[in-house]
Amino acid sequence: MWKWLHPYADPERAYQLAGKLLPWFSILALGLILTGTIWGLMFAPTDYQQGDSYRIIFIHVPAASMSMAAYMGMAISAFIGLVWQIKAADWAAASIAPIGAVITFIALFTGATWGKPMWGTWWVWDARLTSELVLLFLYLGVISLYASFEDKVLAARAAGILAIVGVINIPIIKYSVEWWSSLHQPSTIKITEESAMPTEMLIPLLINIFGFGMMIGALTLVRFRAEVLARNGMRPWVRKLAQEQGAA
Amino acid sequence: MKRGISYTRAFMTLLKRDLQIAVRHRGDIFNPLLFFVMVVTLFPLGIGPEPQVLTRIAPGIIWVAALLASMLSLERLFKADFSDGALEQMMLSPQPLSLMVLAKVLAHWLLTGVPLIIIAPLLAVLLHLESNSYGALIATLALGTPVLSLLGAIGVALTVGLRKGGVLLSLLILPLYIPVLIFATSAIDAAGMNLPYDGQLAIIGAMLVGSLTLAPVAIGASLRVSTN
Amino acid sequence: MVTATKENTLISASSLTCIREERILFDELSFDIQEGDIVQIEGPNGAGKTSLLRILAGLSRPYAGSVLYRNEDITRARDEFNEDLLYLGHLPGVKSELTAEENLNFNLRLSGYDDPDIRDILAKVNLSGFEDALAGHLSAGQHRRTALARLWHTTSKVWILDEPFTAIDKKGVETLEKLFIQHADNGGCVILTTHQDMGVVSDSRLKKIKLEYNFD
Repeated sequence: MWKWLHPYADPERAYQLAGKLLPWFSILALGLILTGTIWGLMFAPTDYQQGDSYRIIFIHVPAASMSMAAYMGMAISAFIGLVWQIKAADWAAASIAPIGAVITFIALFTGATWGKPMWGTWWVWDARLTSELVLLFLYLGVISLYASFEDKVLAARAAGILAIVGVINIPIIKYSVEWWSSLHQPSTIKITEESAMPTEMLIPLLINIFGFGMMIGALTLVRFRAEVLARNGMRPWVRKLAQEQGAA
Repeated sequence: MKRGISYTRAFMTLLKRDLQIAVRHRGDIFNPLLFFVMVVTLFPLGIGPEPQVLTRIAPGIIWVAALLASMLSLERLFKADFSDGALEQMMLSPQPLSLMVLAKVLAHWLLTGVPLIIIAPLLAVLLHLESNSYGALIATLALGTPVLSLLGAIGVALTVGLRKGGVLLSLLILPLYIPVLIFATSAIDAAGMNLPYDGQLAIIGAMLVGSLTLAPVAIGASLRVSTN
Repeated sequence: MVTATKENTLISASSLTCIREERILFDELSFDIQEGDIVQIEGPNGAGKTSLLRILAGLSRPYAGSVLYRNEDITRARDEFNEDLLYLGHLPGVKSELTAEENLNFNLRLSGYDDPDIRDILAKVNLSGFEDALAGHLSAGQHRRTALARLWHTTSKVWILDEPFTAIDKKGVETLEKLFIQHADNGGCVILTTHQDMGVVSDSRLKKIKLEYNFD
C-alpha cells in the first residue's frame, strides 16, 4: 500500500518531485489569492451589521483555518517520517513549521485588528483567539526545538515527535479553551448546516482559503527543496547540481 | 546463573533505586517544594492582601505555581542518568523502554508531586481559599500532577541531550499543561460555589489515563532520538 | 577457532552510513561478526569508532543501512537483542550516590539476573572491601571496575565495549583479555575499541575493522 511512497524517500527523487510540483502550486496560489482578494475586497456586498470592516475575514479566516491545517500537515509528515523512517518526510515537517507559525501570526494579528472595531479592544480572551495563540506557542516550540539541535537529522526527528504530541493535544486544548470561554460569536462557516453567510461573500472566501492552502504548499516546497540541499550538501548529486547551476 | 526477564521486578528495581538516590540527595525533594511556597507567597505581596481578591484568585495561583514547580523539578528527571551513562544502560535493558521511563516518572512524582499535594492546603489557608474548595484542591492536584509529570517528561526527554534546556523546556511543555490548568481551577471554583465538580474531575482523570498510556511511548521515542 | 558460516553469524552490518553534523564518518560499511570473534575497531580520533559501536548496540540510528542480529533487524526485535547484549560505553553508568554493591546489584537485576552473589563478583574485579563505599568516593579505576564487574556475571553473547581498559592497570587488562578469550571460545563475540595494545589476545585472534578520518 505504501510502495508508491518509497521511491520518493530518496532525497534526490523527492527534490525533483518538489521541483516539478512547485510551479503548479505557485500559479494556483497566485491566481486564487488574487481572484479571491479582489472579489472579496471590491465586489462582495457590504455587511449590513459590520459595514466594510468585516472584509478582513478574507484574510483572517483563510489564515486561521490554514494555520490548523498546516499543523496537521506537519504532524502527518512527521508521523510518516517516524513510522516508515523516511528522512525526507521529517524534513518536510521541519519546513512547514515556520510557515505555519507565520500564518498563525497573521490570523492572530488580523483577528486583533478586526476585534478593535468589533469589540472595541485589541485583545479579547475569546476561545478561538486563545487557541490560536496556543497554536502559535506549539509552532514556536517545534521551531526552537529544531533550532536547538546541531545535528539537523536528529533535529528534524525530535521536532517531528513534538509535532505529533502537539497534534494529539490540539483537540484537547481547543475543547478546553472553548469550554472555558463562551464569549465569542458562533462560527459562521458550517459544513453541515446551511451557511449563515450570503453566497457572494462565501465564494471569494472559499477561493481565498484554497489559495492560502496552495500558497502554504508552494512555500513549503521551496523550503523543503532548500532543506534537502542543505542536508545532502556532501552528496555527489548535490555537488553536480551546484556545478551545473554555477556553469549556467 | 539464574536469569529471567520480569517486567514487574525491573520496574520495582528502578523505582527503588531512584527513591534511594533521592533520599541521599534530599535537596532535590525540597527545592521544588520551596519554590512552590515562594511563588505562592509572592502573589499577595504583588496583588495586595484583601481576602476577597485572594479568595477569588487562590485556585489559579496554587495551580500555576504547581505547574511551574513541576516543570522546574522535571528538568533534572533524566539529566543525571544521561550524564553518567545510566540512561544508556536503561535503554539497553531487555525490558521495554516505556516501562522503564514510567518507573522513573512515578518515582519523580512520588518525590515532588506528593509533597506538593500535602503542603497545598497550608498555602490555601494563606490565600483564604473557600472552605468548601479544599477537597477539590486535593483531588485535582492528586489527579492532575501525575499528568503534568507525564506530559512534562516528554519535553524533558526531547531536550536531555541539549546543553541549554530551561527556557526551551517551558516553551515545549507549558502549552500542553493548559487543559489540566483549566479543568483543575474550574473544579476548585465550582466547589467553592457549592456546585458539583465531578465532571471536571472525570475529565482530568481521563487525561491521566490517556497520558499514562501514551506518554511513556512518546518519552521512550524522544529519548532514543535525543540521545542518538 | 570457529569457522564462519551463516548459522554462527551473530551480527551483520549492512551498508552502514553515519553522518554527524553534515560530515560523513563512514559510508556503506558492511561486515559480519561470528561467534568466537574478538573485533577491534581502529581509527584516529573523530573517525567514528564510538558512533559505530553505538549503532551496533542500537543506541544510534545509522543514516542509512541496518544492523542484523541473527538475521533480524535489531530495531525490530529490540528486547530480544538487548537480552543478548552487554554494552559498556564511555560513561560507565555507575551512580555515584550508590555503593559499589548497590550499583552492581541494580545493573544485574535490570538485566534480569536473580539474586546474584554480588560480593563474589566484586571480588573478581578486586573490589573486596569496597562493597559499601559510595561509587562517588572510589578512584577512577575502581569506578570503572564496578561497571566492568558485570562481565563476570552475564549470559549475553554480544559484548560491545567502548575503551574498556581506560583507567585499568596492566594486570587488570590482562585479566580482562583472558575473559574476552574465554567468552569468545564459549561462542560469544567481543567488539571493542582501545588505544592500548593487547598482550594476551594474539594478533591472529584479533580481527580489525579500520575506520579512516574523512576530510570533507
